[in-house]
Amino acid sequence: MQAKVLITLKNGVLDPQGEAVLHALDNLGFDDVDGVRVGKMIELDLSDTNADTARTRVEKMCEKLLANTVIEDYEVEIL
Amino acid sequence: MTFRVGVLVFPGSNCDRDLAVAFDAAGAETQMIWHKDTTLPKGLDLLAIPGGFSFGDYLRCGAIAANSPVVRAVADFAHSGGHVLGICNGFQILIETGLLPGALMRNAGLKFLCATEELTVATNNSLFTSQYATGEKVRFPIAHHDGNFIADQHTLEKLVGEDRIAFRYSNNPNGSVDDIAGVLSENRRVLGLMPHPERVIDPIHPGVDGARLFAGVVNAVFQDT
Repeated sequence: MQAKVLITLKNGVLDPQGEAVLHALDNLGFDDVDGVRVGKMIELDLSDTNADTARTRVEKMCEKLLANTVIEDYEVEIL
Repeated sequence: MTFRVGVLVFPGSNCDRDLAVAFDAAGAETQMIWHKDTTLPKGLDLLAIPGGFSFGDYLRCGAIAANSPVVRAVADFAHSGGHVLGICNGFQILIETGLLPGALMRNAGLKFLCATEELTVATNNSLFTSQYATGEKVRFPIAHHDGNFIADQHTLEKLVGEDRIAFRYSNNPNGSVDDIAGVLSENRRVLGLMPHPERVIDPIHPGVDGARLFAGVVNAVFQDT
């Protein structure tokens, strides 16, 4: 079983990387971009075969390590 | 009576020796502690977490180190009233463990900053800052990419209200909220700061403003005991 974790900055937290990408896109002529937020995606290979318990485990992993919940939100997708 | 300091060493730490030298110069007896150790040497008065790039700054700065065995022992040490000092990556690690509040994000200008910054000592109500005057200006070097301190409004009000901001930048280099460069824990025994006081302790350095931070904590704890 696989899990995908999507980690994004919380709304309201300024994303300097996103701002830099926005400016770079603008310089390339992509002036139709109003905002950019940069996050990260983590793929996990799990030995679990039950989607519900896998989700609970991965959410715990997010809380303990994968995300910094002071500034980041996470979404778990079980595949 | 000897003041005993343990300096943690992670793969990627690079200010560990400087930190040990600074504590030795202040009269402490210093030993290095490898990150895989699960127990701390007995009788330590202070734990110091050095700057560097622990575990390659993978995932988030300090995140992997914060979950290493030795740091669990550090948390126990802090919770039982021990003194802990985290500088630069050490500050990032303390924040990742939750021993200090807030978060440290990428510098607002996105660049790695290496410069000497003027700071204001925002409180001298801690052993670390006891040899400075509140409001005094000092100059410490900074060298970091992720030092942009952020905290929610409630946490900020608490930090200000409890007089827990230890240092503020005079010319905010990295976008930190309220110019914050260093904060104290609730019991005032854990200090984390991005600037490097250990790099300004000796006449051969560009300054000696940092020496009193180490002298303050070493001497004050002597008087305690």
